[in-house]
Amino acid sequence: MSKVFRRIYTYKFLLPAAIVYFVIFIVPTAMSFFFSLTRWTLSDWDFIGLQNFITFFQEPSLSIGFKNTFIYAVVTCSLKVVGGLLLGVLLTSKLRTKSYLRSVVFFPTLVSTIAVGIAFSMMMHPTTGLINTTLARLGIEGPDWLGDTSIALLSVAFVDVWKGIGFATVIYIAGILSIPEEYYEALQIDGGNGWNKFWNIVVPLSRPATNSVIILAFIGGLRSFDLIWAMTKGGPGFATDVIASIIYKQYQGGFYGLATAGNVILFVFVAALAFPLSRYLSRQEVDL
Amino acid sequence: MSHSRQVLALLSSVALTTGLLAGCGGGNSNDNGSPSASPSGSSGSSAGASPSASASTEPKEKVKLSLLVDNSQDSVNIAKALTEAFQAQNPNITFETETRPGGSEGDNFVKTRLSTGDMNDIFFYNSGSLMQALNPEQNLLDLTNEPFQERVVDSFKPTVTSNGKIYGVPYTSTIGGGWLYNKKIYADLGLSVPKTWAELMANNDKIKAAGITPIVGTYKDTWTSQLIVLADYFNVQAQDPNFAADYTANKAKYATTPAALRSFQKLEETVGYYNKDFLATTYDAGLRMLAEGKGAHYPMLTFAIPAIVQNNPDQIGDIGFFAQPGDSPDKNGLTVWMPGAAYIYKNTQHPEEAKKFLAFIASAEGMAVVAKVSTPSGPFVIKGAAIPDNVPQVVKDMLPYFDQPGMTAPALEFVSPVKGPSLEQITVEVGSGKRKAESAAELYDQDVKKQAQQLGLEGW
Amino acid sequence: MSRSVRKWMLEAAAVLASVVLFWVPLYFVVLTAMKSAREASLMNLEWPSEVQLWQNIKEVVAVRDHMLLRAFWNSSVLTVLSIAATVVVCSMAAFVMQRRQDRASPWIGFFVLAGLIIPPAIVPTIWVLNELHLFKTMTGLVLIEVALGFPFCVLLYRSFMATIPREIDEAAVVDGYGGYRLFFTILFPLLQPVTATVIVTQAVAIFNDFTNPLYFFPGAKNATVQLTLYNFTSQFVSQYNLLFTNILLITLPPLVLFLFFNKKIVAGMTAGSIKG
Repeated sequence: MSKVFRRIYTYKFLLPAAIVYFVIFIVPTAMSFFFSLTRWTLSDWDFIGLQNFITFFQEPSLSIGFKNTFIYAVVTCSLKVVGGLLLGVLLTSKLRTKSYLRSVVFFPTLVSTIAVGIAFSMMMHPTTGLINTTLARLGIEGPDWLGDTSIALLSVAFVDVWKGIGFATVIYIAGILSIPEEYYEALQIDGGNGWNKFWNIVVPLSRPATNSVIILAFIGGLRSFDLIWAMTKGGPGFATDVIASIIYKQYQGGFYGLATAGNVILFVFVAALAFPLSRYLSRQEVDL
Repeated sequence: MSHSRQVLALLSSVALTTGLLAGCGGGNSNDNGSPSASPSGSSGSSAGASPSASASTEPKEKVKLSLLVDNSQDSVNIAKALTEAFQAQNPNITFETETRPGGSEGDNFVKTRLSTGDMNDIFFYNSGSLMQALNPEQNLLDLTNEPFQERVVDSFKPTVTSNGKIYGVPYTSTIGGGWLYNKKIYADLGLSVPKTWAELMANNDKIKAAGITPIVGTYKDTWTSQLIVLADYFNVQAQDPNFAADYTANKAKYATTPAALRSFQKLEETVGYYNKDFLATTYDAGLRMLAEGKGAHYPMLTFAIPAIVQNNPDQIGDIGFFAQPGDSPDKNGLTVWMPGAAYIYKNTQHPEEAKKFLAFIASAEGMAVVAKVSTPSGPFVIKGAAIPDNVPQVVKDMLPYFDQPGMTAPALEFVSPVKGPSLEQITVEVGSGKRKAESAAELYDQDVKKQAQQLGLEGW
Repeated sequence: MSRSVRKWMLEAAAVLASVVLFWVPLYFVVLTAMKSAREASLMNLEWPSEVQLWQNIKEVVAVRDHMLLRAFWNSSVLTVLSIAATVVVCSMAAFVMQRRQDRASPWIGFFVLAGLIIPPAIVPTIWVLNELHLFKTMTGLVLIEVALGFPFCVLLYRSFMATIPREIDEAAVVDGYGGYRLFFTILFPLLQPVTATVIVTQAVAIFNDFTNPLYFFPGAKNATVQLTLYNFTSQFVSQYNLLFTNILLITLPPLVLFLFFNKKIVAGMTAGSIKG
């Protein structure tokens, strides 16, 4: 690069962003490694080594979060991939109601998570909720969606998918629309049917969209907090506690060091799953 | 940063003291305590009335105190009544009342405010272990030598004392923890108030057989699930008087102390007696169920009484109360929650006005104001403050326990700073049959250990 | 079965599903917001005996000294300030990041990507803000939103910047333009489409943000609209009508945005996720 352009493209442009990002994001992240080793009251700290991490891993009410976080991320992510792909195919086919359906599928993405969570937890009330009263009219006794510990997490995951699937669908629509027309024409010459079209063209060629959805939905699932907090607060008991809700509870309890240790754990957990996953996916993309 | 704030605080308090002195000189409004109830209180808040007080007749300086209370309707009502009554006598002092969330969220709210240095002048908060966790020496104004403390009943003082210094005054009545029950159902089924746990469970069986929900469960508000365990503390200490001390010192555990483990076992025994949708039912709905006779029992604190009075005024007479029984009929006593207290923030800019307000609260007159807007849930802990005669029967059901010595015991959280934050989740698991009592007690012991370590208590 | 019949049935099924899954919940929310407390507590789909939506709105607005109005004000200020700062800061950063390649570039890229993946460390952030006297201040919360939105927005800008030919820069330099003049008078206007995307996506994200105000902007005076909803759940346990009125009110702004900028939002979100 010429000297002139080094002066034109000066790093001064980067400076405001760098300062804000550094002070508000990088510094606290770096500090969290230190404070996770302390007993901390914000104004005062005692160094206690790895005690917080030991507590976190030993206590069943804390370690349950790993399992739930993982299940939640996998369930929401796979449903969004499958549902988003199918909806994407549907909404790129020739339908008269296409634009209506696209709007309807996308709208929940824009509604606040808290509002969605509250409305759905009302509808999921075991006796008076809309879902179970409707089922009862059909002669089915609906379960206690959020009270039954074996399905509560899945119920919340369902709402998460309801709210987030529009986003996945939109990504797929863009991916499918970018597939060159020639592929379909070639298939038509070979005499392939609709199934061939879906399986041999749409699925492989919307791979970049799939990768985006997987990464976004998976990371989002691992970090999710607000919907779970609005619907169950991690309960009943600890049945729907994820790492982020456990962190919040430790923070509420005033256990700042412990909460920060939880943050470090979530950091490592997300990074350990997300980085290899994205590397794996991008390698697949190259192989294609 | 703290240095400049201190200077500022100093400057403004100097300015305000001058203002206050002017105020005192203007009239004899400095004593708002009721002298007839307690002569010793007549010096009220005159701490600021130094000899020069009478010298000034300048116009009173307006002072605005900020007050922080939790957002329950009852607390808001009490704060409103107290500030209005106080203001009527002290026109130069106005209030700005702010509300905060309740429960553990509120705990965090208060702690964060204190640790970031901008607490309101006065705040209402729990007494007992929660107050101990506020780091009182650093954050609260020492009220040990204030004259109005003489009007506070001695049994209350330890719950707002840290290292020998007293930091608060009670702003409401004591609270009983036990079982609210529907007297109509009891009468219809010919049941009598149980004196032992076995009798209580036998009653539950009969109620269930009659097709009525024996116990109202409201686990949507998770804190309500702890009641059976917490209200059992009278029975724990009756069998094992040293439990609180040993527990605080990490020498006794819930899982290994039979009397304490029994509390969790009792909760486990209630599994199956709750309303079908107890996991989705809220506290408010639970009170209604009890009042309307859809449920026979509701393990609860008596601070629920004002809410019942408000929601179901016609049915309040049907509600009764008994302490959670133990296994032996001759030791039947009540676990008592001490009222929350009003505290003054150490760095307030208006310490004298704030003290004056607390002097008003801690008086028979102040308590009478409280009793008017909030049905007392038990006896007051201010000397000379009596419960009005027209209180509902459910409150009167409590009084016999207080009349005899040794029939009440403060709840564990008032005698030990150790309380695990996850108790409510654990009790939800036990009450819904997902976890056995033994396992719950062990899990709670771990939870407690975490809290004690984070507090930096000795012996953990 | 003929192809067209099957297609027709598929479409009918899709429309039916959209009604059950999307319109019924929305209808339920609107309906409950129109009812009296007693009827709302039944949580059914029956038409209210008396429509009292306006009364409910007045009541919910009056709660706790008009907390909702303050919250709308706070949320609007937060959204506007955060977006303004984000647009300026991120477009400038993206300009240099895309145009200049040297030894620092991989590191910058790494930090930005890390920001997309790593969850923010909450309590240390509170500590930092508190040390800077910015905890519980609007400025502090704006900085949080800018910092946390930075990786996403800067990637959007960077990928769009790549489509603007460098010849423009070169021509400008030949004409004697400096860096600032080049960027602000020539390039920034060219970024307008992606700026619109950033504005719309961030507006939705920040207006709907719950977690950051919960942690970094506590206090009744500071409430944002999402927090009012959260706070009111405990207060309105027996008044679902007011709770749902509140839901309705705070859903209106994104709804309006959606009606006007439907295409733009969709385009922006897609661009961001695929190219980023």
